[in-house]
Parts: sequence; C-alpha cells; structure tokens
Amino acid sequence: MPEPEPTPLGSRRSRILGGTGDGGGRSTAIAIVSTVVFFGLVALLVRSSPGWPEVRESFFNADEFRDSWRDIVHAFGLNVRIFLIAEGLILVFALLLAVLRSVPGPVFFPVRLLVIAYTDLFRGIPTILVIYILGFGAPALQLSGVPTSPLFWGVVSLVLVYSAYVAEVYRAGIDSVHPSQAAAARSLGLSHPQALRHVILPQAVRRVVPPLLNDFIGLQKDTALVALIGPVEAFRQSQIEVAGSFNYTPYLVTALLFVLLTIPLARLTDWLIARGRRRELAAGGR
Amino acid sequence: MSALTVEGLRKSFGGLEVLRGIDLDVAEHEVVCLIGASGSGKSTFLRCVNLLEPVDAGRIVVAGEEITGRGVDVNRVRRRIGIVFQAYNLFPHMSVIRNVTLAPTKALGLSRAEAEERGLELLRRFGLADKRDEYPDRLSGGQQQRVAIVRALAMRPDLMLLDEVTSALDPELVAEVLNVIRDLAEGGMTMVIATHEMAFARDIADRVCFLDDGVILEEAPPEEIFTRPREPRTRQFLQRITDAGRL
Repeated sequence: MPEPEPTPLGSRRSRILGGTGDGGGRSTAIAIVSTVVFFGLVALLVRSSPGWPEVRESFFNADEFRDSWRDIVHAFGLNVRIFLIAEGLILVFALLLAVLRSVPGPVFFPVRLLVIAYTDLFRGIPTILVIYILGFGAPALQLSGVPTSPLFWGVVSLVLVYSAYVAEVYRAGIDSVHPSQAAAARSLGLSHPQALRHVILPQAVRRVVPPLLNDFIGLQKDTALVALIGPVEAFRQSQIEVAGSFNYTPYLVTALLFVLLTIPLARLTDWLIARGRRRELAAGGR
Repeated sequence: MSALTVEGLRKSFGGLEVLRGIDLDVAEHEVVCLIGASGSGKSTFLRCVNLLEPVDAGRIVVAGEEITGRGVDVNRVRRRIGIVFQAYNLFPHMSVIRNVTLAPTKALGLSRAEAEERGLELLRRFGLADKRDEYPDRLSGGQQQRVAIVRALAMRPDLMLLDEVTSALDPELVAEVLNVIRDLAEGGMTMVIATHEMAFARDIADRVCFLDDGVILEEAPPEEIFTRPREPRTRQFLQRITDAGRL
C-alpha cells in the first residue's frame, strides 16, 4: 500500500499561518505582512470616517469600561451557569431522542413519529419565541408545583431547542456506523439495546464530538436570549449600564466576554476535527 | 440428531428471489462447504441461518429446535450459532480481549474474569495471546480474522458459519486463517463454510454443496464433486475456477 499523500489538512503546520506546505518561513512572513497591511487599512478607513470621534466616545470609552466591567463579568457568571446546566441536560436528552428515533420495528412507529415531530417543531420555531412563550406562558398557567422562575423556563427553552439539533447530530453519528457492526454484535447474541450501548453508540458519539461542540458554541451565545424574560445575565447587565450612562461601551465589554468564552471551544473543535482527519488518513493508508 | 436442518428456505430482496428453496442437512461434527459463483446465495443463506435476515418461507432446525417459528428468542438462538464475516467486523473501539469478552459477559452473563480466562485460552490456542491489548486497526487482516473467529468461539457455539472468511485477505495471509479452521474441524466443530478456496474445500469438507441461482444444484463428497461433477452447471463453474488457476 502506498503511504497517504501528505495534505495541507493532514500536516501539523498551522492552517492559519501556513497553506502551501513548503517554504514555511517565507509564507509566514507574507502572512504577517499581509495581515498588518489589511488590518491597518481597515483601521485607517474606520478612523477617517466622519463619525469616528463620536463612535469612539460612545463605544470605546475607557472610563465607562472601568466602571462597568466588574458588574458585567459578575453577571456573565450566570451565562456560564446557564450554559453548563443546559449543556449537561441537552447531552442526555438529545441522546435519548436519537436512540428513540432509531428503535426498530413497526410497534414503535408512534415513538419515532413523536421524535420526528419534536425535532421538526423545535428546529422550526425561533429560539427567542420559545423563550417568550414558555417564559411567560408556563408560569401564567398557575399550576401548583410548576416553577415560575423565568430563569428556569429560559434554561428549559434552550434545552428543548438545542436538544432538537443535537439529537440530529447524534442520529447522523449512529447512521454513520456501518450496519455490519450491528450485525456482528447481534450475531453474537447481544440484544438490540446491548448492541446500541456497547457497539454502536461509543463509535457514533466519538465521530460527532466536533459537530456537537459546534452546536455548543451556538448555545453559549444564545444564553444571552434568556435575558429577554428577565434574568440579569451579562447582556441584561450591560443594558442596565447603558441605560445609566447613555454610553455603549458595556455592550463591547459583553461581546468581548462572549468571544473569550467561545475561542477555547472553537480551537478545541478545530483540533479534534484535524486529529480525526489525521487518524482517518493513517487508517486509510493501511 | 442433525446439528442443522434446513427445509425449503426461501428469501427475496425486493423482487429478487435470492434463495429459491434450499434443503440442507448437516450432521454433528460435519463440515459442509458451500461453493458457487458470487450472487448464488451463499452469504444470504448463512445470514438466514443466523436469523440476521428474516426468512420468507421454509424451516430452520438447529439441534432439534425450530428457530424459524414464532416467538423464538433470536438472541438465545444466536448465542449457539457463531458466524464469521468476510470483512471481520471487529469492534474498532475495543481492544482484542474486549472484542472477545463482550458477548460472553453481556449475553451469557459470565463474570469479567471468567470471560477473560475463556478468551485468553482461545487467543493462546490461535497464537494471538500477545495481541490481547491491541486495537483491531493495529492488526494484519489475517490476525483480525483470527480474532473474529476467536470472538465467535468464545460463545462456545454448537455450530459455526463462515462466510468467505479469506476473501478480503492478502494471499499470503490466507493460510494462517485456513489453519485455524482446519484446527476447528479436527476438534469436531460443526461448520458450514461458504468459500472460494476450492483446494481448501476439497481438503477439509465432508461434503460440498454447489449453489446455483438460489438452490443447491449438486451435493457430494469433495472427491466426487471436484473430479466427477454430475451437473453441467457445476462442471462449468469448476472449469472457470480451474482456468483461473484456483484449483
């Protein structure tokens, strides 16, 4: 068997700086120069715009930054908590949905139908509407035992919406495991749930980790939508700050915090995808 | 009592009838080889016997128990019938020893220690003990197929079905797998083997069945079928094999 051709994707060279694969030093230099020139031009253009002094005053105000960042970082803790709780619930609930959808046999048709209806519904409705409807509607029922906290219903909304997406990601993973694996497991006398649990799902989940992380990057950002029904998280806090000073710098602080939270997850996703590709290339060359 | 009795087995995929009434009787400790062109129904037949494919008509009786009836516990049936596939189908996310012990622990309820002891004994017998902690993608095709055979044997089946187990192997790796099967035959294992290795079939089989277009057209002891085939279709098939230098 011939060795697999080294490809830009398979190589360890950074895909941000590199690209051609040979003449690494020269391409890095070109990349740096081109980056400096490009962003220099953008900065020049922005600063030369007629409204720049005003924009700088209302969005990049150092005093406002100093005054607001502590409270916003504090409120951002709520975003992180919402994210972590929702993520844990989504991972479990979505897996359950995906498994239910893959249950074979005509008897379970209603179950599969229900799961399909669920994913269609919650992928179709804009997240913000789900949050409004549940956040205001569910407490209004005034049922005893049903929580009335908007935070609770905000998290429930995110879990419902994102589980619909993540269930589809899981399902793609399950479908990607070759049927011969299920045949091998069943031929040894394992039941369908045993085959799923020990043979199919471990392989499926491993394959879908990168797209799962991608969905969670989306979830991190959407924690800000919960603010619309009341809880004071980072976005809401920055709105409060802005309302007090009529200066928009707090929005920028919030944006910065979200980016800082997202970058590690985004890089981890990239790294996992690159690693998966390297492994596949290695296995393909066997 | 026969180890396996098949009567009037029929199986269609869509409009295509792949098995058109198969009758076969396999005695205990007997080795039966199925030969025939690709698409003649060998693989489908073996998958039906293991209930991996639902049959359309006919009866399959294993050691006196009809397994094609209603309400049969397919998991229990499959524990007694081992099948080995052309493409090995090892579990790539598990080490060799986990591949071998998974079904004994989960389907038979053996303790992990018991299952490992049983698995290691088999791995040792087939020269694979040093591979116990390797993952399948680190093994050669021949080693993978031997592990697949061990995995099936770890269930202590009464009957083994081998589906062209050497067809995916590089030529130099075929012998090590065939030796394992020979070893099993000498140990008295009842086997139904679909194969393209005519020399091997001639050597190991008690009886050879020629499948053609979904039926067993001719069955006879190997010496007879390979030297004096009765049916013109059998003659034709064997002639093509001989011309290809495979007999």
